[in-house]
Amino acid sequence: MLATLRWVIQRDAMLAWRGRAGVLSTLLFFVIVVSLFPLGVGPELNVLRTIAPGVVWVAALLASMLSLDRVFSHDYLDGTLEQLMLTPQPLSVVVLGKIVAHWLVTGAPLVLLAPVLGLQFDVPPGALLTLVASLVLGTPALSLIGAFGAALTLGLRGGGVLVSLLVLPLCIPVLIFGAGAVEASITGASAESHLSLLGAMLILALLFAPWATAAALRISME
Amino acid sequence: MSPRLEAHALECVRGGRTLFQNLSFALEAGELLEVTGPNGSGKTSLLRMLCGLLAPAAGHILWQGKKISSLKEEYLKELAYLGHAGGVKAELSAAENLRLHCGLADGRRPRDEQIGAALARMGLDGNEARPAKTLSQGQQRRLALARLLVSERALWVLDEPLTALDSTGVRLIRSVIEEHLKAGGLAVLTTHQPLEVSAGRVGQIRLVPI
Repeated sequence: MLATLRWVIQRDAMLAWRGRAGVLSTLLFFVIVVSLFPLGVGPELNVLRTIAPGVVWVAALLASMLSLDRVFSHDYLDGTLEQLMLTPQPLSVVVLGKIVAHWLVTGAPLVLLAPVLGLQFDVPPGALLTLVASLVLGTPALSLIGAFGAALTLGLRGGGVLVSLLVLPLCIPVLIFGAGAVEASITGASAESHLSLLGAMLILALLFAPWATAAALRISME
Repeated sequence: MSPRLEAHALECVRGGRTLFQNLSFALEAGELLEVTGPNGSGKTSLLRMLCGLLAPAAGHILWQGKKISSLKEEYLKELAYLGHAGGVKAELSAAENLRLHCGLADGRRPRDEQIGAALARMGLDGNEARPAKTLSQGQQRRLALARLLVSERALWVLDEPLTALDSTGVRLIRSVIEEHLKAGGLAVLTTHQPLEVSAGRVGQIRLVPI
């Protein structure tokens, strides 16, 4: 089972590397959207500091939506998804592998970039650390929830927009507590409770999303 | 126990239309089943049912006397499927495609010689390192068929294996399938032209629109 997980991750990471332009554009999207706000709002440090958590988190959410169509649709079109579904292992393991790979390729670079972008908003160093922590816990949950939406809308026309409509509402709790953690940290309060809740959401998503996504895939592939 | 595939009273409904019903057959070691029929008669649907990708509207499929829906992974260990879309990753090289398939299907890292031998058998030697997108349609089809050679499966389910193949390719597939049947394997395939294999026993099903 672990071997399968490793093979799927290796496969998707390799494919992402071959198509790195797509991955990079998601990352650039994140950088540009976050950077637009200081330019648009002006150099008012107090205002920037207040909006920073929300801006970074919303941009992270949108960037992760953008990359969702890569999770299953390419494999669906060239028939490799069928082959993956016929892997003699539980489908939820294969799905989990794909989600982990998706996070490694899109979520992890986002986490690494976020503190640099946070500097533009004059976010204090302590809060930058909270920002990273909240993204480390939150972005995998976004990948997990997003994969479920991507599986449900597989093969539908206009699936991209539909995924966003389906998945964004489900991501609201993650957004609230993710941005909340950073906000608390900026105002000097403890971010612990927010981070704990984010962790709880991640565990919940980790438990149910692979299984639900596998079921959704089976339905979409019929 | 020699392998045995049975279908009992299968019914297929797609988009509200019944494509076939009450379809039963049995397939034993060394037997080939050719499914023919006009476009839209449900050939691909039947094959997808045999793989468990599509649930039959009625009836059931048995492998060694047990339902495939309850065997799940145990059944998938015996099955190799070639779909309409070949399942070849265009960004990866021919060898990488096979290596990843082996890793996923059997959970092991295949030996390079084995990959090389399979590609050579399919007439793809010299193309190991080329990205699959630079291969022609027929070569990509051959690459998809090379998967059958690297993972040893008892049951082959092939959807239009001859598409895009030249006459050498067709002869190649014929001999590969003959070997598989001689070794006690089973095969189900859809085709528009009879394959005329000279080994094993050949059964035929012709699907006609209701």
